[in-house]
Amino acid sequence: MTISEKIISNHIGKHVKAGDLVITPVDGVMATDTTAPLAIKAFEQMGASALFDPNKVALILDHAVPPPNERIANLHKLMRDFSQTHGNRLFDIGQGICHQVMVEHQYVKPGDIFIGADSHTPTYGALNAFACGVGSTDLAATMMTGQIWLKVPKTILIECTGRLKEGVSAKDLILFLVGELTISGATYQAIEFVGEAFQTMTLASRMTVANMVAEMGAKAGIVHPDGLELDYPFQSVVPDVDAVYEKVFRFDVSDLEPQVAVPESPDNVRPIQEVVGTKINYAFIGTCCNGRLEDLQAAAKAVDGKRIKSGVRFLIAPASQQTLLDAMDDGTIQLLINAGASIITPGCGPCVGTHQGVPGDDEIVISAANRNFRGRMGNPNAQIYLASPASVAASAVAGEIVLINE
Amino acid sequence: MVYVYGDNIDTDRIIPGKYTKTLDLETLADHVMEDLDPMFCKSVKQGDVVVAGYNFGCGSSREQAPLALKQAGVALVIAKDFARIFFRNAINIGLAVLEIGDHTIEHGADLVYNLEDGKVIDQSQGKEYNATPLPDIMLDILNEGGLVNYLNKHKNYQLG
Repeated sequence: MTISEKIISNHIGKHVKAGDLVITPVDGVMATDTTAPLAIKAFEQMGASALFDPNKVALILDHAVPPPNERIANLHKLMRDFSQTHGNRLFDIGQGICHQVMVEHQYVKPGDIFIGADSHTPTYGALNAFACGVGSTDLAATMMTGQIWLKVPKTILIECTGRLKEGVSAKDLILFLVGELTISGATYQAIEFVGEAFQTMTLASRMTVANMVAEMGAKAGIVHPDGLELDYPFQSVVPDVDAVYEKVFRFDVSDLEPQVAVPESPDNVRPIQEVVGTKINYAFIGTCCNGRLEDLQAAAKAVDGKRIKSGVRFLIAPASQQTLLDAMDDGTIQLLINAGASIITPGCGPCVGTHQGVPGDDEIVISAANRNFRGRMGNPNAQIYLASPASVAASAVAGEIVLINE
Repeated sequence: MVYVYGDNIDTDRIIPGKYTKTLDLETLADHVMEDLDPMFCKSVKQGDVVVAGYNFGCGSSREQAPLALKQAGVALVIAKDFARIFFRNAINIGLAVLEIGDHTIEHGADLVYNLEDGKVIDQSQGKEYNATPLPDIMLDILNEGGLVNYLNKHKNYQLG
């Protein structure tokens, strides 16, 4: 069995295989201020009177925090009122991005099945969990029943041998893989990541990897547990030696160079070398992909005591309040502010185009986020390049896209 | 009217993130497909059909994408295939979706279709297609008019 087949089999108490249609209990669900309001409406329309288990349901205010207008303020109010009534935990504005908060607060653990109303829910595959994204009505149904129907996915195995070079990060690796598999390369399927390149990764880096399986259309993306360290005891799930994979990809990544996704799709990936010299107006570091402590530390290191180029703005949204505190404790935030960065409220920040840093017409953004679709950051006339936090920070200093460690 | 678009139409193009934070479905319909085809939201009418290539609805899990299309009057989306969350969302909110892997339907085509059996006739090209059948549970959800009605009736999921 693959990891997905094993986790699902463990949950329904019988042996399943790829292609089976199952109804499975879940270990947790969450929704955000983009998806929870519609889910709350659907939950009520379904005639539900109570959550299946208030301790396993979390609502997170992260996509538009603090609220930029009365419309969104009222949606936040709806979520607070619902949480008050039903007894689930509400993570209020500034506590962080849903995926970071779910991992920090241990709402999801190795071997779990977790359903989130956000497409980047597969992020928890970093923890060796089976986690998939759904929309609001599916989420409402799971809030009510504690179950979800799904087709057990086929699995693509990606094995990466070799260690990443100094200055090449998990983001560069996952961008490379998205470029190789393309934006539809894993639709309806799970991905398993195995090999030395992943074994040596921190939890944060594993989250960056699993996060962007959404950009390949995958249902889940699970990193093999070898080398996974958590501050609580856990039982991990490994595939059987005779597990059946739909496809196997093998890459030696020891020579991988920093990568970039150019407009207007996350799978338009090439070595960053090819776009070196592209002038930028705006640099952004944050999001569920790259807003963690190690990302901010990599940015501070890349800035290396210099000031950002005049005329460039540099926004940083830490992934959570804990990340912000940690980055203050070790002086990372001071280094970044001294370089000219603006620190904004922990949350999704400008990634979703709702507020807090919409680019102007014809402006060029270099971002550590995971999506660069047209209009993603709120202006269809701006262009977004995706890169690692170190590449973003170094480009902010240079005023143009650069190859770090040149 | 039949509108035809290409591959990998993402949900940011179907409904930009800046408009998604609302419970007012009319607002969604007012901006549907805005960054892909600014004329679409002005001209789309009740009963129109959207046709696309591969991986329609990739990206965000926002259910506002199929809701915006439905509210704007779109009666059916045909694609070579769909991104999985969009596909589930569409069925859950009662927007008809048909997967036809080999279609060559062109803009303005004269289509006749039957959602019951998934048969689509392109009268402009004289071609007939059979959509990929839905799994039984999705058919049940669609036949109840969406997941809200399904759960109102059954109180839980039921397999076969």
